[in-house]
Amino acid sequence: MAKVATRVSYGNALVKYGNDERIVVLDADLSKSTKTDSFKKEYPDRFINCGIAEADMMCVAAGLATCGKIAFASSFAMFAAGRAFEQVRNSIGYPALNVKIGATHAGISVGEDGASHQCLEDIGLMRTIPGMVIINPADDIEAQLAVKAAIEHEGPVYMRFGRLAVDDVNPADYKFELGKGVQLKDGNDVSIIATGLMVQEALKAADMLAADGIDARVINIHTIKPIDEEIIIKAAKETGAIVTAEEHYIMGGLGSAVTEVVCANAPCPVKIIGTDRFGKSGKPAELFVEYGLTAENMVAQAKETISMK
Amino acid sequence: MDAKRATELAIIANRVRKDALTGVYNAGAGHPGGSLSIADVLTYLYFEEMNIDPKNPKMENRDRFVLSKGHTAPALYGVLAERGYFPVEDCATLRKIDSYLQGHPVLDKVPGVDMSTGSLGQGVCVAGGMALAAKLDKKDYRVYAILGDGELEEGQVWEQAMFAPHYKLDNFTIFVDNNGLQIDGDITKVMNPTPIDKKFEAFGWNVIKIDAHNYDEIEAAVEAAKACKGKPTAVIMKSVKGKNVSFMENQAAWHGTAPNKEQYEQAISELDQKIAELEAML
Repeated sequence: MAKVATRVSYGNALVKYGNDERIVVLDADLSKSTKTDSFKKEYPDRFINCGIAEADMMCVAAGLATCGKIAFASSFAMFAAGRAFEQVRNSIGYPALNVKIGATHAGISVGEDGASHQCLEDIGLMRTIPGMVIINPADDIEAQLAVKAAIEHEGPVYMRFGRLAVDDVNPADYKFELGKGVQLKDGNDVSIIATGLMVQEALKAADMLAADGIDARVINIHTIKPIDEEIIIKAAKETGAIVTAEEHYIMGGLGSAVTEVVCANAPCPVKIIGTDRFGKSGKPAELFVEYGLTAENMVAQAKETISMK
Repeated sequence: MDAKRATELAIIANRVRKDALTGVYNAGAGHPGGSLSIADVLTYLYFEEMNIDPKNPKMENRDRFVLSKGHTAPALYGVLAERGYFPVEDCATLRKIDSYLQGHPVLDKVPGVDMSTGSLGQGVCVAGGMALAAKLDKKDYRVYAILGDGELEEGQVWEQAMFAPHYKLDNFTIFVDNNGLQIDGDITKVMNPTPIDKKFEAFGWNVIKIDAHNYDEIEAAVEAAKACKGKPTAVIMKSVKGKNVSFMENQAAWHGTAPNKEQYEQAISELDQKIAELEAML
């Protein structure tokens, strides 16, 4: 299968599910990059360019939602979650409006643009807003089904998409369930809980660990909020050691969410793989190595975590 | 406007002022100054202009109102109560634990409130979204918003100032409560937003300047806004902060301070006096 960036999946899904007249797609002068231009082409009357004005866009989306629209507000994660955080909190989250935020170019895999555009804090920011649903899909099919689930869910949803083309990790007949983690491989020695494009690395890490005689469980958490507590508690109890992996700061993201569940329910050693500093320019693959977002690092952290049992 | 009707509206507006002050006094906190300055335009909109139904606050084709300067919620609650959305006595529960009348307006919690506001600059953009929704759905409801003049210092107001004319939202009317004062003092000294009229004109709005306490002028502005096609309207209203309470008028100190018992009683007595004078004219 050809690799597909989840931002492309976002644009395709908006077209695929966009025949619902309630859907209005907004963008802030990035429609060619966020791929909402696909929707614009198909449904020009329901595409609204807000210009380079993300604060206004989030509030316009909120106003549309009060009038029964399903408003998709699209921009880069840096500007959707970062620049417009307070608009999202006060005008979308607090009144619990039916706005879907399509945040593309999330994470360090933005690559060459460098730190100013590599959003590594959006999950943390969005997690602090009560009622906000956060989805971070791992591949094309998951991203498309996330858009469908967002349309079906009443209330605010933050969807995190990437710029980098990625391999499929899910089968063609994949069933997406909002708020449910997916166990991709069973194992009893350690659990690798990953999200987004770290899921494919986690599967590689499990293969590498198997070669060393270590039986790793791999779990894909696409919905970071509300998080699937059951699958995490089960992993903590049955494997007694957890490694989390995400393209996000180690503070506030998946690792934080998992440790909150583990500490309160089934304490066990947890190692969080994520970034600990601003990003920089470079090719995504080079950046993954430099920031430790690799299967190799997952293997090392898994072994260390097992040693702490 | 018929002089009798204008007098009737002025009486209601003074009752709204009393409701607002009663809320702020009982809460021991809140924003009286800017609540008193917008009481007349709120009264005009809710009693004379807007297509609304207090018994069906969510009526689909109702006109929408967004209080972008959300800190003057006491006046909004006052006018909604006087219009029959909820009991007037509830205004005294403002800001109390367990009251639905939060310090700033909340969507769905308060009947008649069309949007949660309080963080300046956001309400006007949300209102623009509502006006856009009406256009997309080819519906004829209108959207109104009130902004503070200090609020114009928020950058996103000017994002919306570009947006509404770009999408030709002629169903959208904003009122700028130009009382000239913000928390830290004179608006032209804190961060000068003037000339307000020329700025909106330059952004492509139909601009109308009026006296915020003159019902004939308010009515003429609203009618002119409805007649104007292809452009949103910005009504710049010269207003008096603390209007109709002698010691609060034109005092920045009353932006966000609650009156003590003695001050509250004096304010109510002044407003009762105004109401009695107006009633004598009927």
